[in-house]
Amino acid sequence: MKNYVIIGNGTAAAGVIEGIRTADRDSKITVISDEHHHVYGRPLISYYLEGKTDLSRMKYRPDDFYTKNGCETLLGKKAVSVDADKKTVTLETGEVITYDALCVATGSRPFVPPMEGLDSVTEKFGFMKLDDALSIEKALTKDSRVLIVGAGLIGLKCAEGIKEKVRSITVCDLADRVLSSILDNDCAAIVQKHLEENGITFLLSDTASSFTDNEAKMKSGKTVSFDILILAVGVRANTELVKNAGGAVNRGIVVNEKLETSIPGVYAAGDCTEGFDSSIGANRVLAILPNAYMQGYAAGINMAGGKKEHANAIPMNSIGFFGLHMMTAGSYEGEIIEEKTDAGIRRYFIKDNLLKGFIIIGDTTRTGILTSLIRDKVPLDTVDINEAKTDVSNMIFSKEARRKKFGGVV
Amino acid sequence: MKRVYVNEEWCLGCHLCEYNCAFANSGMKDMSFALKDKKIYPRIHVEGSDKITFAVSCRHCEDPICIKSCIAGAISKQDGVVKIDRNKCVGCLTCVLVCPYGALMPGENGLMQKCELCLENTCGTPACVTGCPNKAIVYEERSDEQ
Repeated sequence: MKNYVIIGNGTAAAGVIEGIRTADRDSKITVISDEHHHVYGRPLISYYLEGKTDLSRMKYRPDDFYTKNGCETLLGKKAVSVDADKKTVTLETGEVITYDALCVATGSRPFVPPMEGLDSVTEKFGFMKLDDALSIEKALTKDSRVLIVGAGLIGLKCAEGIKEKVRSITVCDLADRVLSSILDNDCAAIVQKHLEENGITFLLSDTASSFTDNEAKMKSGKTVSFDILILAVGVRANTELVKNAGGAVNRGIVVNEKLETSIPGVYAAGDCTEGFDSSIGANRVLAILPNAYMQGYAAGINMAGGKKEHANAIPMNSIGFFGLHMMTAGSYEGEIIEEKTDAGIRRYFIKDNLLKGFIIIGDTTRTGILTSLIRDKVPLDTVDINEAKTDVSNMIFSKEARRKKFGGVV
Repeated sequence: MKRVYVNEEWCLGCHLCEYNCAFANSGMKDMSFALKDKKIYPRIHVEGSDKITFAVSCRHCEDPICIKSCIAGAISKQDGVVKIDRNKCVGCLTCVLVCPYGALMPGENGLMQKCELCLENTCGTPACVTGCPNKAIVYEERSDEQ
């Protein structure tokens, strides 16, 4: 019997639990988290504010998940240190938990750059956790003027979630475009226009440089009055536990394909890690939910003595705002082929006979076929990628490839 | 486990499977009442050109990437059947982004729906198979890649 310990209780942790249980039905699993909640789908917090889900439905796994999987949960308790030699985790309460295999799945936290006068703002929030959403929900009124710092996925999803509940929303970002981490200039312009048509005001290439109570002084010299401030500038991986225990850390915790950190017996998974991105052939933080689950799942199997590599991870996002959907994946390098569609655009990035990435706005039908071309590094001379400019379908494959795809158990 | 397979040589491209699917999942007793003058949202879709056609529905993969990718934990596998809890789905379409078969499409309200082999609707056995006039769609056990 082993003692498995997981620090964190998000998607990666659920993956770890389910991974361990494929190989070891009996040993004890202890889940430590500073959050009080049952595991929930973290990206659902904007849908919660929008009224598209609720606290019960946003649970990522059923109510009996922990008991069915033989987990002891230590919720609302913060792990403060890991002792790699003694194989123990110490909690803020002073409790010491011993482990044979540990997985650090501590996620990330908002990055707040130094901004003068921020302390004078009373109604300010991050937007990463359910407790953030619950606090924002309480603070909002229909007269609220909201300033969101950061026009990335988190800031804009927050804007959509609260739009119908407030008087106005202004979003500022130092970048010159919205969603700068996933969209290029042309595509970002399409999305920005749509967001503006839905009542969001933007101040781009500009950011708040100082605050006085309810007023932000912008870098450009403009001033913005607000009732509620939401800080969504960026995120930082929670790497400290591993770093302080002597483990290798860059922007995220360094892990190999088995999700092992540099400390024997200590694994890491999810947004706190820096793993291999096969679309660029280098390590980076891939803070997306599917990656968190798959890393966690692989880590769990390996912790329990099985063998599982997490190898072909790529960045990918599926996200919509006010009815306009977009999907992106991979890296944006190489030759561009594109097609303007009624609702938006399809833009493919091609290099070395491979599809390296895509940005699709509007009609996202069957986009998974393209994602699989990137993930599986399918040589483009074996598929008809031009066919996919107008219609993404399995017609891009040869008859023989289709027979293999659809003819048997997969 | 039995799954739905399509033989593209025999597919006529008649789209009847789409109508039978939409009807079987409508919960209604009368087909014309369920479908007439309505845009249908089937869980099987005919793809192809003038010459080649074939119907695509969920492969019920051994190791489904949609389950691992769902941000709401709404997709699960029960007795080999990949199912979606539409009550939990928020319509983010991440499953559409990852399904390598292009087999998943949202329903009328933008939330996801998927082929669950008609095992729990009024049909009880895949309606696309039962209604296929040329027996191009079959429901059978195959051990491995054929």
